Amino acid sequence: MKWDEFIITGDPLILGAQISILISGIGAVFVLTYFKKWKWLWDEWITSVDHKKLGIMYILIAILMFFRGGIDALMMRTQLAAPNMTFLDSLHYNEIFTTHGTIMIIFMAMPFLIGLMNVVVPLQIGARDVAFPFLNNLSFWTFVIGMGLFNISFIIGGSPSAGWTSYMPLASNELNPGPGQNYYLLGLQISGIGTLATGVNMMVTIFKMRAKGMKLFMMPMFTWTTLITSMIIVLAFPVLTIALAEMTFDRLFGTHFFNLTNGGMPMLWANLFWIWGHPEVYIVALPAFGIFSEIISTFSKKRLFGYNAMVYSIIAISVLSFLVWVHHFFTMGSGAVVNSFFSITTMAISIPTGVKIFNWLLTMHKGRISFTTPMLWSIAFIPNFVIGGVTGVMLAMAAADYQYHNTYFLVSHFHYVLIAATVFACFAGLIYWYPKMFGHKLNERIGKWFFWIFVAGFNICFFPQYFLGLDGMPRRINVYGVEDGWFALNFISTVGAFIMGLAFIILVYNIYYSFRYSPRETTGDSWDGRTLEWATSSAIPPHYNFAKVPEVTSMDAYWKMKEEGIDPNKIEKYEKIHMPSNTALPFVMGCFMFLVGFGLVFEWFWMGIVGGIGIFACMAFRSFDYNDGYYVSVEEIEETEKRAREAK
Amino acid sequence: MAHAEDAEYANEPLEFQSAEGRNNILGFWIFIGAEFALFSTLFATYFVLVNRTVGGVSAGHLFALDLVLIMTFLLLTSSFTCGLAIHAMRSGKVKQMINWMILTLILGLGFVGFEIYEFWHYAHEGATLSTSAFWSAFFVLLGTHGLHVSVGIGWITLLLIQVKRRGFTPRTTSKVFIASLYWHFLDVIWIFIFTGVYLMGLGGL
Amino acid sequence: MLKNGKSLKWLAFLALSLFLSGCGNMTVLDPKGPVAESQAWLILFSIGFMLLIVLVVFILLTVILVKYRERDDHKGYQPDIEGSHKLEIIWTIIPVIIVIILSVPTIMTIFELEEAPAATSHKEPVVVHATSVNWKWIFSYPEEGIETVNYLNIPTDRPILFKLTSADSMAALWIPQLGGQKYNMAGMETQLYLQADEVGTYAGRNANYTGEGFADQRFDVVALEQGDFDTWVEETQNDAPELTQDEYDKLMVPGSASEMTFSSTHLDWVDHSTDAEYAINAWDRMGYVPLNPHSRAWKSI
Repeated sequence: MKWDEFIITGDPLILGAQISILISGIGAVFVLTYFKKWKWLWDEWITSVDHKKLGIMYILIAILMFFRGGIDALMMRTQLAAPNMTFLDSLHYNEIFTTHGTIMIIFMAMPFLIGLMNVVVPLQIGARDVAFPFLNNLSFWTFVIGMGLFNISFIIGGSPSAGWTSYMPLASNELNPGPGQNYYLLGLQISGIGTLATGVNMMVTIFKMRAKGMKLFMMPMFTWTTLITSMIIVLAFPVLTIALAEMTFDRLFGTHFFNLTNGGMPMLWANLFWIWGHPEVYIVALPAFGIFSEIISTFSKKRLFGYNAMVYSIIAISVLSFLVWVHHFFTMGSGAVVNSFFSITTMAISIPTGVKIFNWLLTMHKGRISFTTPMLWSIAFIPNFVIGGVTGVMLAMAAADYQYHNTYFLVSHFHYVLIAATVFACFAGLIYWYPKMFGHKLNERIGKWFFWIFVAGFNICFFPQYFLGLDGMPRRINVYGVEDGWFALNFISTVGAFIMGLAFIILVYNIYYSFRYSPRETTGDSWDGRTLEWATSSAIPPHYNFAKVPEVTSMDAYWKMKEEGIDPNKIEKYEKIHMPSNTALPFVMGCFMFLVGFGLVFEWFWMGIVGGIGIFACMAFRSFDYNDGYYVSVEEIEETEKRAREAK
Repeated sequence: MAHAEDAEYANEPLEFQSAEGRNNILGFWIFIGAEFALFSTLFATYFVLVNRTVGGVSAGHLFALDLVLIMTFLLLTSSFTCGLAIHAMRSGKVKQMINWMILTLILGLGFVGFEIYEFWHYAHEGATLSTSAFWSAFFVLLGTHGLHVSVGIGWITLLLIQVKRRGFTPRTTSKVFIASLYWHFLDVIWIFIFTGVYLMGLGGL
Repeated sequence: MLKNGKSLKWLAFLALSLFLSGCGNMTVLDPKGPVAESQAWLILFSIGFMLLIVLVVFILLTVILVKYRERDDHKGYQPDIEGSHKLEIIWTIIPVIIVIILSVPTIMTIFELEEAPAATSHKEPVVVHATSVNWKWIFSYPEEGIETVNYLNIPTDRPILFKLTSADSMAALWIPQLGGQKYNMAGMETQLYLQADEVGTYAGRNANYTGEGFADQRFDVVALEQGDFDTWVEETQNDAPELTQDEYDKLMVPGSASEMTFSSTHLDWVDHSTDAEYAINAWDRMGYVPLNPHSRAWKSI
C-alpha cells in the first residue's frame, strides 16, 4: 500500500471536503475545550443509557447524513443538468451515487426513525427506559462506527462504486479492485449488528414494559409500527449479515460464493440482497405510517379511524414484504410463472396500503383539522405517496417493467415512495416531538416556508423523471448526449434538487432560530396530545420519564385522562425509582470494532485480530459486570417534580 | 429493576423471578429467532451451490460417516448433560450443576476438536475455502456453526466462574439458563447440518 | 398557500395528460415492433387506471380538507368515530378488484413475451447471440457465421431471438422502441424475442450499471428490408476479416471499442453462457491487471 493510494488526492472537490472536515474537526475540539465541555459530553451523552438522549444523538447523526447524502445528490444533479457535462468523471460519479443510496437508506432514514422510536416509544407505553439500556447504547455506537467507517472511504482509500445494491460480479475483486467495496461491506455489517440489537430491544420493551392496563390493542399506532418493524428487522437483517459476510469472504479470503470463477453464482447475491432489501423498504416505511397516524389523529382532534384495520394492514404488509423480492429483477429471466407470481404478490401490497390511505382520510373526515407544520407534512404525504404508490403498481406489472426497469421511471417511483413516506415522516416526527426533546417548538412560520419550498422542490425534481424514464433514460449513467433529447427535463429536475437543498438550509436556520427565540414550553403537552408521551410532568421529561407510571384504561390514554379530568402528575406519595447506570463499555467496544473494520478494509489482518480480541475482552468484562443500576431517591423526585410544577 | 408484579412470579424458577431475568430470556428467544434466519440463509446458500464443485473434489468423495457420527454423538450428549445441569440448577445444587456443565464443555471441546481435524483433513485432500463454490458454502456454514460452539464454550466457562463466586441468584441463573438455550439451539442446527449436509451429501444428493 | 400547492398539482396533471395525448415523442410509448407495442399498450392501460385512483384520492382529500378545516363556523365534528366495517370492506374489495383487472393483461403479456410475436411466429427467427463485455456489445449471428461489435443489423418483419450472455458484469440489453430489456449474465443464457416492423435506426444500450464506461455502452440497431439484410450478410461474409482469438481477447479487456465487423464468430471457441471465466483468463493472456482506480488516477496526473 502506497501512501498516495491511502489518502485520496488529485480531486479538487474531495480536497475541499477534506479541508472542511479538518477545519470543522479542529473547530469542534476547540469549542469543547474552550467551554470545558468534554466531561459534559462524556457523562451526559457518550456514556448515557437514557433512551431520549440516545434517540437525540441518532437523529443528530441522521441529519448530518442527510446533509452528506444530499450533497452527493446535488453533485449528481449538477452533472446531469445538461448534456455532455464534465463536472464529475465517471469514477467519481459512480462513487457518489453509490454512497448517496447507501447513506440515505442505511445511515439517514433508518437511524432517523430509530432515533424517533428511541425517544418516543418508551414514553408512549409508559416505561422508564427500554428493556436493555446498555444494549441500546451499544447499538448506537455500532451504528456510529459503521457510519464513520463508511464515510471516511472517500478520503482514505476510495469510496465503493458498485451501486448501493453492489451486484456481483461487478463488486468482485476482479472488476472492482481496491478497498472501496470493502468499506461498503464492513460499514454495513457493523451498523447492521446495532440495528438487529435495536430490533430485539424494541420488541422486548413493547412486549414487557407497557404501563399497567395497556393491552396490545390499546397501543399507539407508532408503537405498533415500531413493534412490527422490529420483527421485520429481526428476520431480515440476518440475511444481510450472511450475504455481506459471504461477499467479504469472496473479496478477502478467496471463496467463490458470488464471483465469476470456480462456480460462484452472481445471481445468488441479487436474491439475498433483495430478500433483505425489500423488507428493508418497509423497515423505513412502516414507522413513517405510524408517525402520520399519530399526527393526523392529533391535529384532526379525532381518534384514528379503523384502528384495528390499521394494525392488521401493517401485519399484512410485513408478511407480504418477504414475498416480493423478485420484482427487483423481473428482467433476470426467471420465467413467466415466477414473474407472474411476484407480480401478483407485489400488487397485493397495494391492498393493505390502500386501506391505510382511506383510513387516514376518514380520520380527518368529521374532524377539526388544524394546519400545523407536522400536520402539513402528513397531509402532503398522502397525495405524493399515492403517486409513488400507483407508479409502484405499474412497476409491479412485470411485462411493462421490462421497459421501466433500470430507468428514471424507477428512480422517480422509489423517491416518491421513500421521500413522501420516510423523509416527510422524519420531518413531521421531528417537528411534532421536537418540544419533547428540546423543550421548545420549532418556529411555525419558518417551518411553513421550509415545508412549501421542500415539497415544491421535491415535485419539480422527481416528477419530470417519470417522463425521462419513459423516454428511455437509464439510471446511473453519468453523461448523456444532446441527441438523446433529455436536456429540458433533466435541467428542471436539477433545479428542483437545488430547491430542496435550499429548503434544508431553512430547516437548519429554523433549528438555530427556534433555539434562540422560541418560547419555552411549560407543560409536557405541547400539541394537546392524545398519547402518554404528552402526559409527562415537564416539557423535557426527567430521566426517569414518569414519577409514577400512569395506569391505562383505553387507547389514546392521555386524551381519556383529560376527558375525565384526571391529572396523571398529581401524585400523593412518591416512591424511589430504579434506573440503569451509565456505561463507557459500548464506546470502547465501538473503538475495537473500528479497528476490526478498518483492518479488514485494507486487509491488515493483524489490526483485525487486535480489534477482535478487544471486542471479546469487552464482552467478558461485561459478563462479570454486576452493576445493578441505582435508585433515584424520593427527595430527588420531589425536587424535580416541584420544579416542573413551578414552570407551569 | 424491582417491579411490583415480581410477586406473581415467586413460584417460578429463580431465573424468571426478576423482571430483568424475564426480559433477558424473552430477548434471547427473539435473538434465537434471528439466529434461525441467519442459519437459514447459510443453508439456502449451501443448497443453491451444492452442485457447483466445478469438477473438483465432491462431498460424497470426502465425507466420512464414522467421524460425523462421533461428532453428532458428542454434541447431542452435550445437549443432554446441559439439560441435566439446568435440572440441577432448578434443584439448587451448585456443585452438581457445575459438574454437569463442565462435562458439557468437555464434550463441546471434543466436538470442536474433531471439526478442526475434519477441516484439516479436507484441506489435505485438496478441498479448501477457495476450491469451489460448493466448498466455500460448506466451510462457511460449518465454520459458522463451529465458531458458535466455540463462543458458547468460552461464554459458559465465564458463567461457571460467576456461579462459583456468587451462587444461584436471579441474575446468575438467568444467565446460565440463557446459555443453555443457546447450547440447545446449536444442537438443533447441527441436526439440520447432519441431515442436510452430511447424509444428503453421502447419499449423493 | 394551500391553494397554490393544489393548483401546482393540477398543473402537473394537466401536463401529464398533455404528454399522454401527444406521447408520440416518448421512446417507450413510440413502439416500432409488436413486443414494444404490447408493452406500450399495457403501460397506457395502467396509466389510465392509476389516474382514476389518483383522482379519487385527490378529490376526497381536497373535499375533506376544505370541509373540516378548523374555522369559526365548523360543523359536523365527531371525535369518537371508531371506524366503519362497511366502508373498510368496500375499500378492501375495490383494490382487490383493481389488482385482478390489472393482473389479467399483465400475466397474459408476460407469457406472450416468452414466445416469438404471434403475427410472425410462422417465420424462422434470426438468432443473435448478444454478449456484453465491459463496455461493449458483441453480436454473433451463428447461422450466418458473422459477428459485429457495437452495432446490430436486423431484418424487419421477422422475429429476432436474442441469446443473451455476458463475459463479465451483469448487463441488460435494451432497445426501447423494439421492446423491454433482459439481463445478460456470465455463465448463463437468457432469451429475448424482439422484432422491428419498420425500417430505421433505433438506439440500443446496456441499461444495467456495469461501472466506469457504462454510459457509453450503447449501439445502433439498423432495421433493414429482408433483401437488404441478406445483401449485407453476404457482403460481410465475403469482405469482412475473420475474427481471431487474439483479437477477441483484446476485446475482453475493459474499455470501449468502435464498430467492427467480422466474417466468423467467437462461438467457435467460447460460449460465455457456459464459461464464466473466459474473460478473466483472457486478461492474463493480455497482461491486464485490474488496479485500484484511484491509484490509476494518480499515475495519469
